[in-house]
Amino acid sequence: MTSYQNTDHLAGDFYTQNFAKTAGEGNLILNLGPQHPSTHGVLRVVVELDGEYIMRAEPVLGYLHRMHEKMAEVKTAAQFIPNMGRVDYGHALGWNWAFVGAAEKLGGIEVPERAEYIRVITCELNRIASHLLWWGAYLLDLGAFTPIMYAFDDREKVLDILQIPTGSRLTYSYYRIGGVAQDLNADCIRRIQEFIPWFRSRLPMYKDLVSDNIILRKRIEGIGAIEQDTCRRYGATGPVARGSGIDYDVRRAQPYSVYPKLDFVVPTSELKDARGRYDVRMIEMEQSLRIIEQALDLMPEGEVLVKGAPKPSWKVPAGETYFAVEGARGKIGAYVVSDGGKNIYRTKLRAPGFCNLSLFAEVSQGTILADAVAILGSLDLIIPEIDR
Amino acid sequence: MNAIPAELLRIIIGLVAIAVSVGLIGLVMVWVERKVAGHIQRRPGPYEVGPNGLIQPLCDALKLVGKQLFMPKGADPILFWLAPVLAFLPVLLLFLPLPVGDGLQTLDVNLGLLLILAFSGLAVLSVLLAGWASNNKYGLLGAARGVAQAVAYEIPLLLSVLAVSFVAGSLDLAHVVKLQGTWPWNWNIMTQPLAFLIYIVSALGETNRAPFDLPEAESELTAGFHTEYSGMGFGMFFLAEYANMVVVCSVATALFLGGWHGPVLPGPVWFVLKVSALMLLMVFVRWTYPRVRFDQLLVINWKWLLPLAVANLLLTAFFVKLAQFA
Amino acid sequence: MSDLWSLMVGLRVTKTYFLDPQVTVRYPWKAVSNIASYKGHLELVSAKAPGKPKCISCGMCALACPSNCLTVVKRKAPKPTPEQAQAEAEAKARGERPKDKTPKDPEQFLYDYTLCSLCGTCMENCPVGALAFTGSTYLAGYSREDFHFDLVQVLKNQAGLEGVDESAAPEAAESEA
Repeated sequence: MTSYQNTDHLAGDFYTQNFAKTAGEGNLILNLGPQHPSTHGVLRVVVELDGEYIMRAEPVLGYLHRMHEKMAEVKTAAQFIPNMGRVDYGHALGWNWAFVGAAEKLGGIEVPERAEYIRVITCELNRIASHLLWWGAYLLDLGAFTPIMYAFDDREKVLDILQIPTGSRLTYSYYRIGGVAQDLNADCIRRIQEFIPWFRSRLPMYKDLVSDNIILRKRIEGIGAIEQDTCRRYGATGPVARGSGIDYDVRRAQPYSVYPKLDFVVPTSELKDARGRYDVRMIEMEQSLRIIEQALDLMPEGEVLVKGAPKPSWKVPAGETYFAVEGARGKIGAYVVSDGGKNIYRTKLRAPGFCNLSLFAEVSQGTILADAVAILGSLDLIIPEIDR
Repeated sequence: MNAIPAELLRIIIGLVAIAVSVGLIGLVMVWVERKVAGHIQRRPGPYEVGPNGLIQPLCDALKLVGKQLFMPKGADPILFWLAPVLAFLPVLLLFLPLPVGDGLQTLDVNLGLLLILAFSGLAVLSVLLAGWASNNKYGLLGAARGVAQAVAYEIPLLLSVLAVSFVAGSLDLAHVVKLQGTWPWNWNIMTQPLAFLIYIVSALGETNRAPFDLPEAESELTAGFHTEYSGMGFGMFFLAEYANMVVVCSVATALFLGGWHGPVLPGPVWFVLKVSALMLLMVFVRWTYPRVRFDQLLVINWKWLLPLAVANLLLTAFFVKLAQFA
Repeated sequence: MSDLWSLMVGLRVTKTYFLDPQVTVRYPWKAVSNIASYKGHLELVSAKAPGKPKCISCGMCALACPSNCLTVVKRKAPKPTPEQAQAEAEAKARGERPKDKTPKDPEQFLYDYTLCSLCGTCMENCPVGALAFTGSTYLAGYSREDFHFDLVQVLKNQAGLEGVDESAAPEAAESEA
């Protein structure tokens, strides 16, 4: 009965059709996304399913390409900073830092020490906010509806703190070439000092409710094992690499700012699976608290923007340089090429998510569809930064 | 006038009461679920519509009724519209043998348990029809999972219930309740704790409630077998799910928690209280735990619940026989 | 067995939170309390005379803006009276440069809020500090034109002066903050 065999959907678009050419007999081609209930962004993954097992998976990117690198070509250096807040809204200050650091390197501008400490404090606070968002969204993918609410409750506090100096809650453009835009006032510092012990007291609750929960453990243990070799081949960084045992953190490998003066642990995990990445991120949140504590103690008085900081019309001196920071997702890099003209000649942004997502095609082969969602969640992807 | 036999009149009145209460239960349960979910997450839940959001479920029901009923292209119309009806209809039958108070059951039948277990199997058929007739890959996947899950979890359910009826010597719910006493230490949960646990877990699996709600997994398969239903079709599935929950909790109350027994207050009040307590537990469990993956779901059933239920049954049979000889 | 206990622990956590007070702020009957530090849209800061902005129409902000959302319309020089014209001509004959009597403040300060990214570059680069962020988060409108402000008019309306009302909606939106 042909009326039951509706084959319109098999026509598909370019990606589906080319994918289907090598499909085995009776395998189902499914599109996860681009509109997906799991809050990763606009990601489309074309999977070929044999029953419940994934034979092949291919992420299709570009649904959120906003041409940030092109915008950099028509803006001056100082004008590009708001863009960097929007590339990755999860860890906007990390991206701010990467670009501003590159511009300062080219211009030979030294940042006052107080500004460096402020950058460290705000960046680590942003890292906590990003990891909280990841945690809540990951558990939402796995079907637990309450932890995201608790995570967002905590995140509100961080956002309130960060609102005071920056004026924004999500897409910060706070760093300037030569320092930061505004100092942390007494109210802000008091709030940070109150936040640290309060958040420390929340972490055991997360452990009770979620991390030790047997259902969750069964969902993420043994899932998505990524070998160290795979990480190296794809250039994965951040908790994805550290969860597989590679001890690489930009704050230790290519130290920048005042991180050498701060004492913190870079967590790694030998577990290699989604559980390892989960544990790494939870410990990172704790370590960020430690960093913020130390930075608050060590922060000197002084100005927050270097005297003679560049005006918006400042031309970046000719040259090219690369500056990388450790973001919540991995190594955020900005490669800035300038020819001495009004606008930057070329900015290449290195998004950690791009390399992390590329792993997915290889890692998800042979896994169940439900596990694929768990693996995607454990990679902590924010698609806007992947597509830029 | 005298042509209508008393039995038939009793069933008719009972059915009317059941229909009304199923509707009310649906409304109340939706409100309770959303409010409890809200408070667990430290937010208010519905509070705009009506005082404290009490009219919210009614507005939702009216909205569902007013929606356009349409079918996806290529779907089989007969099966597509049969599925929600089939999900909802047996539910009315399931309420018949439940003893709400002393002698207050709609149908006096000595096979009450068998009736309930038999008709709850029809729900499986509706899941299958819904998924197949939707002409949708996601629907099909969800339906396949739903059928496997429902069929699997029926067996420990049956075995745990059977253990209780071994002790009571009857399949009649009213009889089982009568044998229990007023106080908690006289209830069957004291003699059959393992059966109670197995029953609760199997009940969660049967009714597709979290953490076993993979057939309706929102984050993975966009609502599974009822993806293509909107408006009242979806409303029927929704209502059937809550009604199933109530039936399952009522059976648990009758078998394990002493039914309508209780000090001071009249029987039906205690029955309602106990059923509400169990429903609240189910709602709490939904909002606390993540979802169990599908193969793990089946593993729990086949490797843990089933052997435990069989062992429990054998042990019960042994002790019942022993008591007979003593 | 400890695995099953972890399930009970989870239930205990949610039970605790069930009984805790809610954190939701029931907008719009209640408002949040931390708006002061939030960057709302821009406004002009008035000089000593109310309704007259500090702005000197230098245009630095418009140059600096990454999104090109500001346009500063300078005032035209006023038509001189006959005596002034004669005095100017005499001064020119003596070789002096005539003083520019044009008022410095802008005629119009057009601000397209739909393009603004709230980065603060304009505010930081104003030599006289004529720009400030309001904390107005409750801004709403029905059309795109509601967000094309003329900040000079807005300032005049705030000061209660008569002003030619070019766009009615911003006034209504402003007073809501």
